[in-house]
Amino acid sequence: MPSPFILDRSSVSQVMAWVLAALLPGIAVYVWAFGPGILVTLALATVTALAAEAAMLKARGYPAKPFLTDLSAIVTAWLLALSLPSLAPWWLIVTGTLFAIVAAKHLYGGLGQNIFNPAMVGYAVLIVSFPAQMTQWAAPLELTSAPLTLAQSASAIFGGDVPKATLDAVTMATPLDSLRTGLLQQHTVDEIMTQPIFGHYGGVGFEWLAAAFLLGGLMLWALRIVGWQVPLAFLAGIWLTAGFLHFFDPGRFGAPWFHLFAPSVMLGAFFIATDPVSGATTPRGKLIFGFGAGFLTIVIRTWGGYPDGVAFAILLMNLCVPLIDQYTQPRIYGGAKNTKAPPA
Amino acid sequence: MSRELFKFKGGVHPPEHKAESSARPVRVAPLPKKLVIPLRQHIGSPAKPLVSVGDRVLKGQMIGEADGTISAAVHASSSGIVTAVDLQPVPHISGLPDLCISIETDGRDEWVEHGPLDYRAMAPTDLRMRLRDLGLAGLGGAVFPSAVKLDPGATQHCPILIINGGECEPWITCDDVLMRTRADEILQGVAIMRHLLGSTEILVGIEDNKPEAIAAMRAAAARMDFAAEIMVVPARYPGGGAKQMIQVLTGREVPSGKLSTDIGIQVFNVGTAYALARAVHHGEPLISRLVTVTGHVLRPQNFEVLIGTPMHALITLAGDRDGTTGVLMGGPMMGMPMPNLDVPVVKATNCILVQSAELFPPLPKALPCIRCTRCADACPAELQPQELFRFAKAGDFGRAQEYHLFDCIECGCCSYVCPSHIPLVDFYRYAKSEIWTREKDKRAADLARERHEFRQFRQEREKKEKAEKLAAKAQAKRAELAAAPDAGAAAPSEADAKKALIAAALARAQAKKAETAPQNTDHLSPGTQREIEEIEARRAKIRELARQPLEPDEKP
Repeated sequence: MPSPFILDRSSVSQVMAWVLAALLPGIAVYVWAFGPGILVTLALATVTALAAEAAMLKARGYPAKPFLTDLSAIVTAWLLALSLPSLAPWWLIVTGTLFAIVAAKHLYGGLGQNIFNPAMVGYAVLIVSFPAQMTQWAAPLELTSAPLTLAQSASAIFGGDVPKATLDAVTMATPLDSLRTGLLQQHTVDEIMTQPIFGHYGGVGFEWLAAAFLLGGLMLWALRIVGWQVPLAFLAGIWLTAGFLHFFDPGRFGAPWFHLFAPSVMLGAFFIATDPVSGATTPRGKLIFGFGAGFLTIVIRTWGGYPDGVAFAILLMNLCVPLIDQYTQPRIYGGAKNTKAPPA
Repeated sequence: MSRELFKFKGGVHPPEHKAESSARPVRVAPLPKKLVIPLRQHIGSPAKPLVSVGDRVLKGQMIGEADGTISAAVHASSSGIVTAVDLQPVPHISGLPDLCISIETDGRDEWVEHGPLDYRAMAPTDLRMRLRDLGLAGLGGAVFPSAVKLDPGATQHCPILIINGGECEPWITCDDVLMRTRADEILQGVAIMRHLLGSTEILVGIEDNKPEAIAAMRAAAARMDFAAEIMVVPARYPGGGAKQMIQVLTGREVPSGKLSTDIGIQVFNVGTAYALARAVHHGEPLISRLVTVTGHVLRPQNFEVLIGTPMHALITLAGDRDGTTGVLMGGPMMGMPMPNLDVPVVKATNCILVQSAELFPPLPKALPCIRCTRCADACPAELQPQELFRFAKAGDFGRAQEYHLFDCIECGCCSYVCPSHIPLVDFYRYAKSEIWTREKDKRAADLARERHEFRQFRQEREKKEKAEKLAAKAQAKRAELAAAPDAGAAAPSEADAKKALIAAALARAQAKKAETAPQNTDHLSPGTQREIEEIEARRAKIRELARQPLEPDEKP
């Protein structure tokens, strides 16, 4: 065995464990602000992901233990679960998770080989295929009179006998949905923002969730699990693009603060866009990747067919990674640059 | 005194483990019964043996002479009888045996006649030849012949001379101890280097984890009649690498594919400076050095060791323990495992690191790369190790070269930080050796083609000559038959034309050979340089063999 003969103590499972740990503040705020339904979603996604991972490893002839214990499947499951409406039906969660693990991860070659972020592929498949079910967001507890208990949430998710009226009472359009619908109905942003769902910056409950994800993200940054480039560039992309539009027509375009604290941006910036496997690797490439994802998020939110654009923006930027990496090769010690590939 | 320091990118800080061996005083290792002295202890051509079995040799007697410019002599480390000149196991990464001279020592330790050199009075060329004959080579690990490095050349000059006391590898303390105890002689050696190179600025870089060495060197520098700045650099691996030391002390980078002398900087290890002082002021060849014996031993410490001493003798001296799992020469980051413990201490042996399962737990199994780029953050050459890994693994060596595979110094930082525990440096070594092998195959094919083409040309020519001769004969006969003798003026010019044709063919072949030079393979890290030298030597042999049958044709 040649040198070196010593290793740092880091490992893939350790990295993944920190990512999961950094999601805990967000999950805690989620439960506090929207009720315990998310725990059911998380549990279901985790079990599905681990089962799918084990089955795919077996089918591909890989040893199960090192890959199941690397925790990457659980990270995918949690990121998907946290992106889904918290009262989404069970089959939606299972379908999304299966697609993420089986198709987006293992059919591309497993850990380290997927060119797209698996959780975002799962999300994209669901929102394209089942747009109606993807709107069952639990309303913030602050705005509901009779919040669901854990059992009731589970029952709702598993298609139990929760009356439709009850379900309607506890679900609500997200702030982004409301903004989109309002704008389509020719209301101005200021008019729309008077609706009860909108809070100080993002939306009631949602802004606290965003703050908790931000906290977890900063923890990951402090631990050097993620670099500063992608999150900062992503947030800057959101802020500058939204700010530019808002500056020219505040009546038709949401404020930059609103976009930053709307659901999914903080989660996307620190936990999803920073996925190393599907992201850019060079320092400048990371800036371009993050900024591009932020820019596209606002473009899709504003002109696209879906209320939120984080997932599609990240997937589109995943597509660009080989190109970005190739054209942003840094200067090496001694001044030479990694040359571009000769034309094939 | 406080000069601005710069930073090198990347690097790691593994546990230092220096205190274990640096606390004990230096001990002189006893004279072993048998010395095994390899003829190849330096980069370049191996020394040519000067003695044969049965000869009596004296301590310090040259037993292998330098062969060519990039070479160094080897010497008997003690007096005794030559018992063998044959292949013996040596400390080399290949694990292959090499030509060695074995000496049975007589215990008298009788010196050959030797004395100081008046280096200021000597012509620089003569002095360098003497140093080559005294076997001086870089003791920092690369063992490049010092005489070559001490030649500033016709046009280049070296205003900056850096003395490297970084010693960044964990566990190793021989340079630290040398600076603590022999600072004056190190600086005397520096004075000679300064004399030969004409350097105006002397910078001595020492990592901040060696306060005693820093103090001793500062005190010694104050006693010198020239200014040598002792600079304290932050301890961070591989800060003792020549390129990193240059960057930290001067803020300059050695351009990719060039030598430090191209930017007017020469770097020597403190041990080399010490050996140079011993050589010049005492006439002593390089026959001993300080060696750290540490790790899984009872008394980790530094020994003054005769070159050729078997490693097991030193481990026994330091107190061997149960549970030894292996022995490294060098440190844990760049050292190499020893095939067995009969191998001798050579000029490059700075440390013998005894491993145990506790100190060096088996490395965990590798997982796939997750492109986290921690390796890129740690790479002091500022490469993209994750991409090099991808190319090497895929066998895409061309792309690996485009991404500057050959700028990799194999420091091991990338492997050290990899959360997937991928032995990245292994992949780079593999890719480099594949590229060299292909280059060699290509050259062999080129040579074969040249020979084939020349053979065809020769046959063609012989046929023509035969025909011409026949025609001439026929004509002569005809002329003879016809009448008087009045022919024979054209012959010499014909021979000239033939010669010109051969010369042109050879020139074409030479040009073709020159075109197929490898890219990006000059001025490499010492280890790779060594491998190249070996390959080159083999190639030279092939070429020599190939040339022989052609010669009779060239002078008909």
